[in-house]
Amino acid sequence: MMPDDLRYSREHEWVRVEGPIATIGITGFAADELGDIVYVELPEVGSQLKQFAGFGVVESVKAVSDLYAPISGTVTEVNDALRSGPELLNTDPFGAGWIARVELADPTEPEGLLDAAAYAELTAG
Amino acid sequence: MAYSPHTPADRERMLAAVGVTSVDDLFADIPAGVRASSFSVPPPLSEQEVRAELSRLAGRNRIAEVSFLGAGAYRHLVPSVVGEVIGRSEFSTAYTPYQPEVSQGTLQSIYEFQSLICELTGMEVATASHYDGATATAEAALMACRLTRRHRVAVSTAVNPQVRRVLATYCSGPGIEVVEVPADLAVGGSGLTPVEAAERVLDDGFACLVAQQPNFFGGIEPMGELADASHAVGAQFVAVVEPTSLALLAAPGTYGADIVAAEGQPLGIPLSFGGPYVGLMAARMESVRQMPGRLVGATRDAQGRRGYVLTLQAREQHIRREKAASNICTNQALCALAATAYLTSVGPAGLAEVADLSITQARHLATALETAGLAERRFSGPYFAEVALRVPDAVRRHAALAAGGTVAGLPLESEYPELHDTLLLAATELTTDADIAALVAALEGTR
Repeated sequence: MMPDDLRYSREHEWVRVEGPIATIGITGFAADELGDIVYVELPEVGSQLKQFAGFGVVESVKAVSDLYAPISGTVTEVNDALRSGPELLNTDPFGAGWIARVELADPTEPEGLLDAAAYAELTAG
Repeated sequence: MAYSPHTPADRERMLAAVGVTSVDDLFADIPAGVRASSFSVPPPLSEQEVRAELSRLAGRNRIAEVSFLGAGAYRHLVPSVVGEVIGRSEFSTAYTPYQPEVSQGTLQSIYEFQSLICELTGMEVATASHYDGATATAEAALMACRLTRRHRVAVSTAVNPQVRRVLATYCSGPGIEVVEVPADLAVGGSGLTPVEAAERVLDDGFACLVAQQPNFFGGIEPMGELADASHAVGAQFVAVVEPTSLALLAAPGTYGADIVAAEGQPLGIPLSFGGPYVGLMAARMESVRQMPGRLVGATRDAQGRRGYVLTLQAREQHIRREKAASNICTNQALCALAATAYLTSVGPAGLAEVADLSITQARHLATALETAGLAERRFSGPYFAEVALRVPDAVRRHAALAAGGTVAGLPLESEYPELHDTLLLAATELTTDADIAALVAALEGTR
């Protein structure tokens, strides 16, 4: 299921914008493709994300993948629950499996990302 | 299967495909001055002639009758069982296997090696081994940079200079700055790394401090205090150790080391002109994903039987490509097996005896030379089984003794200009009282 209120990147990350803060994570599609996730390397609070640049790593039993920032900004919070419970990315990717909160550098940036319908189309094939 | 070399036609097509006209064009990037101009080799010889030629060459080797050379590589007794174990055809490979899980015996031997290194160092996880102590140390520093996301490394000048050069090489590619922490090398100084010197260098831009125990001069460093100084700025503490010393000295895990690196040669590997040796590395489990190199893990198969696997491979080059924790993708399996066989055969008490005898003979050596008025200790700090001694006219006399078959350690002047007229002399359990008497007599003869 693809929540309607989110924006999506072609690298399978999602963004939820609430005022100046964006919450980011990976999509259910990405989590399913990766399989059981066993480790997440989180960014540091205070670090700068640049749109479409790598900011972390997810490791599943099948593969290791880079996380690409869907938006630019400063990390204000990371989901520490993922350190001991990386499987949250599989069980609740759009909720408890969020990865980081970011203070947006450019509030208009998320508008350039895909909406739910366009992302659904991207992953339909 | 028949071996089919490339035909001239194959070569022509390949050269055309990459857009050059001759094989020599492929080497155009190599300056002409360093290219081999010819590969003329002597004509073929019969087996008998080859044996005679090799014997003649071997006869030119200069075998020291008495040696006090250490400086990172040490002459220890290698029990015959070590050669017997590593000579078994099941084990005779330098590599981790390409189909690892079908080679359970090899994986189990590496797992035992890792367990022994953890026990010796007091750390939680050890790798399947590295090329040598120098590369293990360099990899430890890079690992600290990944863990802290910092790009500066502090290293004591009392760390083996050869190890520091390899460290500098490894750090030059990724643009990591290496900053020296000066050891107290003043005449009559401690010969150790002062904690204040480390504190002066370290700040929150440093990924780690690298210190060696015993240090290059055999000195016993204040490792706990150096670890505290590192942790105070959020840096890792990398302890470079000599493995036999761990039978008597504190295990790095007890004084706050975050990463341990070591040259494993003293554990059953003969001196052979620099190698092959084996690098050891151990760390805390929380850092395991940033460790370089292979790791063997124990698990259970579908029927509940114990089995061994190469684990956490997602760190490694064949999966992570250019983002791998390291470009090392093998280990020194045969030398690691030798270390395993050595440690297993001598046991904890035997290893303590090796260390204890080495210390005893080092003291005997220093005392004998001092009593004869031939040398005096260069430093005042405590030392292990190696000692820096001031010997007037050291370089000339060292050369004179070497010509007579006695290697009086290492003149330190070439690596440390301030340590002129200073010899670094090592003892092990193989150093006899007669060796020491011979050294005293030989030095007397050059007075």
